[in-house]
Amino acid sequence: MKLLVSEAPHIRTQDSVRSIMLDVLLALAPAVAIASFFFGWYALFLCLFGAVSGELIEWFIMKVLRKQKEFSFDLSAAVTGLLLAMNLPPTAPWWLLLIGLLVALGVAKHAFGGIGQNIFNPALVGRVFLLISFPTLMTKWTNPVRNFSKSAWDAMTSATALGVLKNEGFSEVVKRFSYVDLFFGNVGGCIGETSAFVLILGFIYLLYRKRVNPIIPAAYIGTVFGFASIMYLLNAERFGTPLLHILSGGLFLGALFMATDMVTSPMTLKGQAVFGVGCGVVTMIVRLFAGYPEGVSLAILLMNALVPLIDRIFKPKIFGEVKV
Amino acid sequence: MKLLTFKGGTHPPEKKELAREKPLVKMDPPQFVYVFLSNHAGAPSRLVVKEGDSVKTGQTIGEPGGFISAYLHSPVTGVVRKIDKLYHPVQGRPMEVVVIERTDEDRWQLLEHNDWENLSKEQLLEIIKRAGIVGLGGAMFPTHVKLNPPAGKTIDTFIVNGAECEPYLTVDHRLMLEKAEDLVLGMKIVMKILNAKRAYIGVESNKVDAYEHLKKVCSDGSIEVVLLKTKYPQGAEKQLIYAITGRKVPVGGLPMDVGVIVQNVQTVIAIKQAVIDRKPLIERALTITGEAINNPMNVVARVGTTIQQLVEFAGGLKEDAEKLIMGGPMTGIAVNRLDIPILKGTSGITVLPHEKEAVKKPCIRCTNCVISCPMGLQPYLLYLLGNKKKYDQAVDEGLMACIECGVCAYVCPSKIDHVRVIKLTKRVYQALRGGKK
Repeated sequence: MKLLVSEAPHIRTQDSVRSIMLDVLLALAPAVAIASFFFGWYALFLCLFGAVSGELIEWFIMKVLRKQKEFSFDLSAAVTGLLLAMNLPPTAPWWLLLIGLLVALGVAKHAFGGIGQNIFNPALVGRVFLLISFPTLMTKWTNPVRNFSKSAWDAMTSATALGVLKNEGFSEVVKRFSYVDLFFGNVGGCIGETSAFVLILGFIYLLYRKRVNPIIPAAYIGTVFGFASIMYLLNAERFGTPLLHILSGGLFLGALFMATDMVTSPMTLKGQAVFGVGCGVVTMIVRLFAGYPEGVSLAILLMNALVPLIDRIFKPKIFGEVKV
Repeated sequence: MKLLTFKGGTHPPEKKELAREKPLVKMDPPQFVYVFLSNHAGAPSRLVVKEGDSVKTGQTIGEPGGFISAYLHSPVTGVVRKIDKLYHPVQGRPMEVVVIERTDEDRWQLLEHNDWENLSKEQLLEIIKRAGIVGLGGAMFPTHVKLNPPAGKTIDTFIVNGAECEPYLTVDHRLMLEKAEDLVLGMKIVMKILNAKRAYIGVESNKVDAYEHLKKVCSDGSIEVVLLKTKYPQGAEKQLIYAITGRKVPVGGLPMDVGVIVQNVQTVIAIKQAVIDRKPLIERALTITGEAINNPMNVVARVGTTIQQLVEFAGGLKEDAEKLIMGGPMTGIAVNRLDIPILKGTSGITVLPHEKEAVKKPCIRCTNCVISCPMGLQPYLLYLLGNKKKYDQAVDEGLMACIECGVCAYVCPSKIDHVRVIKLTKRVYQALRGGKK
């Protein structure tokens, strides 16, 4: 019998990177399901295609390009692939997703050194790259078809609530959208972003599994609400209601699943609160004053860049340390 | 009822059920005992016997080799056969060991003193020193030094650490159930020495039976028994003091800086046995446990008994035994040989079975280590700085405040060994700074 010698601790948690990523995938499952219902089978196909090709691209990069002998699938690339798919319009061609994934994993993730090393959320880098490179394909919104066997191509093209707000004003938004539809996702938009309801369900699962901390989403959504409330009081017709801003666009998908990405968010609770508030402020500035109707992706990417600074400034208090 | 606790920490599977219900059993002294001269923190004892000498049980064989050092006694009645060198598990290198062959049943040489209630503080401290008592929780710091704080430090609170937060270990639990009266007598002696007004016994909520029992024994009100949240490292001195008194020991400071002294359950019982029963410290209770030992148990064994002898006493190792730890799994020391003797501070032998090796991954910044660190540190950052040899920066980030509890490495999903690197960084920094002075 051979006894092993190693340093304490001699027991380790059962959690692993893979089990965390699996939980994220499970948490996203309700959103995928409801997207399939609203936008048809092709939305489901895109989500699965994104997850599977994400892992395959990661395998290729790790085994062939980086020549890593001990590579094992940790499902992080599947999460990136799924999130990117959920960030596309229901009519996005599959090759668009593939291009986005190559950028997300090849550039945003592995050019920085792979898992844990990337500064920017890979899925968002992929999305913004596509948004700039293929603006027409990336903003082709359709109404929900509410029929699994159909696809969104059969549907009428439309505008999103935020697009209507930007171009036609709040009174027009009220005519065309109800808060209930916005909450449950019965509106046009990216595959995975329209239903706040199922995204919250998935997030509760992550909270239950203790995979995430609610600070970032709370600070993010709270800030958007507060910011929008002030603007609402100033000019309701131009800026819309706080509830509209919370329920439309990619806020819930961004706040619950993208801003909370472990790798690209701050390490301390204080830092996470600052990060969330920053995301909220930038989102609202883009939505209300910039050329785009939606600002979640840009806001999170911008705040990603500030994470090293935030980590440096906001540290936990050392137990027993006396502040002088 | 509100359970007292601290911020951070984690709750690994307890595994105490393996040995919790097993009452303490006395193991017969083995034929050979191996007693390290370094059986405590500080300078090794100075040997006062030579090969061939006959010794009685409890006879002094070593005297303190410095201010922080301790007396050492023969654990058996027999003959000193050899002064040898043997691998020392704490020091990690061969150290001097006294090999004594048992030739007779115990013929005791007891400590010399009278009725303790009439003795002065100084006389009581001298008895504790003469008895060779050191911290039996594992640190092995000489107790007579700890109980004698420098002038100017007033101690108003004495805490007995009955948390036993290490998974697997159950010996303190058993002692609190079986030796509660001795514990309370020991506490009275310590309170007299410290002139402390308040005394607490902190017990984790997974030992409610011990808590209830101690409450009955302490019904006169001079000692308060408090229930602590079951969480690791609830028994770390600073965390324990904070949970019970709300006082924070300053970084780089000692409990005495906030008027507190903490002692482990078994240390206090050893004080009672020295002062009242006149017995020097030659044996201790420990838990032999783990999934890979046949008969997990709590045993009273002589200091210097080898792991081999203890393991055999507990029914031997199972075939899948892969790791043998002196102490508990969170802070214990893994050894790969069974001929090592237990020290005064060995609180347990934990034998773990083979486990599939966990996949190591880079840090994914999950924040688990930051949230769980009981000292409010950022282990991932200290790990990074340590690996980059940025010692000064690591010190600025609180390196020296680390209590080396291992929570960061336990909770890490990427299986990064923060605490190993942090310990190493501390040692290197201290060595470098020592060199510069």
